[in-house]
Amino acid sequence: MIEERFDAIVVGAGMAGNAAALTMAQRGMKVLQLERGEYSGSKNVQGAILYADMLEKLIPDFREEAPLERHLVEQRFWMLDDKSHVGLHYKSDDFNEEKPNRYTIIRAQFDKWFSSKVKEAGATVLCETTVTELAQDAYGKVIGVKTDRRDGEIHADVVVLAEGVNGLLGTRAGLRERPKPENVALAVKEMHFLPRETIEARFNLKGDEGAVIEAVGTISRGMTGMGFIYSNKECISLGIGCLVSDFQKTGETPYGLLERFKQHPSVAPLIEGSEVKEYSAHLIPEGGYNAIPELCGDGWVVVGDAAQLNNAVHREGSNLAMTSGRIAAEAIFQVKSRRDPMTKANLALYKKMLEDSFVIKDLKKYKDMPALLHNQSQNFFLTYPQLVSKAMQNFVRVDGTPKKEKESSTLRSFVSARSWTGLFGDAFRFARAWR
Amino acid sequence: MSTDVAVRVEDKLFYNRYQVDPGRAHIKVRPHTTPTPQLKALLNACPARCYELNDKGQVEITVDGCIECGTCRVIGEPSGDIEWSYPRGGYGVLFKFG
Repeated sequence: MIEERFDAIVVGAGMAGNAAALTMAQRGMKVLQLERGEYSGSKNVQGAILYADMLEKLIPDFREEAPLERHLVEQRFWMLDDKSHVGLHYKSDDFNEEKPNRYTIIRAQFDKWFSSKVKEAGATVLCETTVTELAQDAYGKVIGVKTDRRDGEIHADVVVLAEGVNGLLGTRAGLRERPKPENVALAVKEMHFLPRETIEARFNLKGDEGAVIEAVGTISRGMTGMGFIYSNKECISLGIGCLVSDFQKTGETPYGLLERFKQHPSVAPLIEGSEVKEYSAHLIPEGGYNAIPELCGDGWVVVGDAAQLNNAVHREGSNLAMTSGRIAAEAIFQVKSRRDPMTKANLALYKKMLEDSFVIKDLKKYKDMPALLHNQSQNFFLTYPQLVSKAMQNFVRVDGTPKKEKESSTLRSFVSARSWTGLFGDAFRFARAWR
Repeated sequence: MSTDVAVRVEDKLFYNRYQVDPGRAHIKVRPHTTPTPQLKALLNACPARCYELNDKGQVEITVDGCIECGTCRVIGEPSGDIEWSYPRGGYGVLFKFG
């Protein structure tokens, strides 16, 4: 056993783990962070968009040194059928501000930098170490971790579980459930490299400006899912994700969906001639508020994806992870400052602080959305995109048919696909879940 | 219904860096005569196509190309069809971009 004792052990060096370790180390706590990858970030996968506000609270001058790709000035939402896209594009020069609001990042590179900040703050970061189990006393209180190193049991007052969506420790110890297939999406992604001028020309960008495309429609073949295209400096992150339960039901393959997405006539020209340098996959927590597990117990707290803290509607995850990591660390520091033990009752401060933050407030707002999208996936991801696309084509194609006839044909196609009751029901259910 | 586009997954995995831990598979399939529906689902759901049918019709796994997403754990662990762990520290896939 490693004799040294720590104030806190953080398991994992993703957004949540780094935010927690940094915050506690900055407050003078003795922190050990364990990461199974070769370096912090080498096992982490994300789209990826970074929201500046949350990082700024931790590292105010991050813009000067963090490896950032492009600041985002444009957001596109595409509804696809097999040949077309109906799009909503929002582009604003307001986002060319002195301190931009959102950036694209490359996680392995960003996390490596984030981890260097954690080390500078005084935490001990031990990579290439897989935590195999939580160490618990006779009463079930978590007193540390067991690792795959020789004599690898290490003790601490509190363990921060930042082990990601597929975290094994919490489930092995019976602290929370394994994610259910209907509560996680599997996303696959490729990194497509192109000269930066080519990317700027294809996305209509200047300098370090960036654009994001999120796409739903026939590309997910009726499953609850979404495609994404993010512009980085010299590459494009392109991927698609759908609920695991839907993959299980349909027998579709993730790489099959990715290929079809890449071949879509609206997408193919963006990546034409690119060189692919990586293929990755990751689970995304999609269960929302109703899937959040117990957040703390005797000697432990859980943060980030491991706690299912992801806002699927707004596609915000790493900022919730970072915020929950920071808040957990602040709560732990307060308990420690009062010289109180790390019991469930005392650590409930973390839960209370998280409930007061945007993290739980946002997830609560959309608590009915996952079930709605899941149960109505054929309508929202297949029928409507096809209908909207048909309506648009009907609107723009000029062929001598009187407009009145065109409009009634469009209306007829909506009503015959979904019926009046269906259309109003969908609109009502959607509005209620959004509210 | 399955996707009708031919994809060579092994070509995709070739882009990635791996540190293989020989003789220590981090995922194991429970011995079986006929695969359960969960095991069969893994043939298509695994994004690295680690699961394949052998000539006896049983599901086998080769973990070398695993990208550690956990999809098979979510589908196959509850039914006891597979045992899932992470690779030893430092081993497995190493993302340069992630």
